[in-house]
Amino acid sequence: MYTRPERRLLPDPTAESSAFWTGGRDGQLLIHRCRACGRWFHPPAPVCFRCRSLDVGPEPASGRGRVAAFTINRQPWIPGFPPPYAVAMIELADEPDVRLVSNVVDVPVQEMHIGMAVEVFFEQWEDVWLPLFRPATGDAR
Amino acid sequence: MASAVPARNGGRAMRGGPFSGRAVLTGAGKSQVGRRLGRTGLELTVEACLRAIADAGLSPDDVDGVASYPGPGVPDRGFSGATVHELRNALGLRSRWFISSMETAGQIGPAIEACMAVSLGLADHVLVFRSVWESSAQTAGGRASVLFGDGRVPAHLEYTGPFGAPSAINWLSMPAQRYMYEHGLTREQLGWIAVNARRNAGLNPDAIYRDPMTLQDYLEARMISEPFCLYDCDVPCDGATAVIVSRRGAAAGLPRHPLTVESVGTGMFERATWDQRADLTTMAAHDAAATLWERTLLRPSDVDIAQLYDGFSFLTVMWLEAMGFCDHGKVGEFIEGGERIALDGSLPLNSSGGQLSGGRLHGMGFLHEACVQLWGEAGERQVAGRPEIAAVGVGGGPVAGAMLLSTR
Repeated sequence: MYTRPERRLLPDPTAESSAFWTGGRDGQLLIHRCRACGRWFHPPAPVCFRCRSLDVGPEPASGRGRVAAFTINRQPWIPGFPPPYAVAMIELADEPDVRLVSNVVDVPVQEMHIGMAVEVFFEQWEDVWLPLFRPATGDAR
Repeated sequence: MASAVPARNGGRAMRGGPFSGRAVLTGAGKSQVGRRLGRTGLELTVEACLRAIADAGLSPDDVDGVASYPGPGVPDRGFSGATVHELRNALGLRSRWFISSMETAGQIGPAIEACMAVSLGLADHVLVFRSVWESSAQTAGGRASVLFGDGRVPAHLEYTGPFGAPSAINWLSMPAQRYMYEHGLTREQLGWIAVNARRNAGLNPDAIYRDPMTLQDYLEARMISEPFCLYDCDVPCDGATAVIVSRRGAAAGLPRHPLTVESVGTGMFERATWDQRADLTTMAAHDAAATLWERTLLRPSDVDIAQLYDGFSFLTVMWLEAMGFCDHGKVGEFIEGGERIALDGSLPLNSSGGQLSGGRLHGMGFLHEACVQLWGEAGERQVAGRPEIAAVGVGGGPVAGAMLLSTR
């Protein structure tokens, strides 16, 4: 059902965010995690905002989550990326208060709902792999 | 009015507020406000500033401080009509203290900094201004489409732009949807923020949209980013606002009754993001308001009028509960029907038409309107019974600042 748009605005990865934007090359959703307290956080930073440990880095997350909040965007902001489309805050199964803003695709916009179980897939644009989400198949917890 | 009052923080509540009554407002001014005025940002800024200085009964040579949001370095055309130095240079101001800031307590942060400066004796009269010419800039450059050439998105759009969400309306519509889901707010209730603003704008000769609007008009408007429609968005304009913050001791003999800054809300307890706050149905406004109330003995029930930021209608919802005018999650019931928030209601709200209908003066318009109402000079839209205490809350998402003013 989902077809890739003709155009997306692309991120300019930093030293801290490059793992997040390129993990998809290996099929991995790489999210920063603190090795001291074990908690995940996003966006990536060189220190854990909870326990302030510097022992942090990207680790593969499960790629599963739920829709915490969403909008159906109806405004044409970007030529080549026509509305309507769903933009959502996805709370990760690994750490529910880590949320990723992304698109949920393969769902009719009128069927989007909070709590929907979703799983990640990746869409490559040049040197970045955008994490997108679609309804989870199988056990999404 | 009831009651989600944040716990007062013990000894921090101060009878005279954080400035012990030393910081007062003595004048306010506004430039011409409109769509595509074809005037420069600096020209509008000078107009508003000279009006504010004259309103306070001062001359430019009496002004020894200047403060403004956001200052230089802002990429968006039209977002900053003039910097502090551009204004100082234009008027030849001799300044004993000045500042511009953007990482501060919302667009009124510099007004709060001015209160600090006069309280400490660093200046006697600080000119505080905010200037925009977004209407002209966006007409020239186009707003409906966002493109960055062949380059990549700027840092503030890194995690949203790639997903077709380059606008604050996208970032805010998600928490709003969540608030509706958790607390039962409906679009039929939310629409009263916009209808109330339009109703008041009809009484404000300077407002941009003055034609009557019904709740049905609101419900039938084009959707932009669900649950928000066109009328949930403020209207870009060209215009500038300014106020004079004075040291009370220096205000003796000036024509206006000085308005006391009773408290200020400057708190921010979580990371400055739109999407990572622990409770998605609250915002930085809640933190700013909590610090406002912990610094004063006044209570939300003492407030006569409220001027609460409406860059999007839902931001006013956030401020209404953040400021303790109703319980968390209960704003829908509070605004439904629009009677409580009307000019003759228990909490007159956004009496100038706000930014939704009055024009996006970006925060400082609310402080200006609070002053005008407390001085009893708001013309047809004047709240009856001579309001004595005004609450001002400005900003959205990770941006928030608040002030409490009184005539005492």
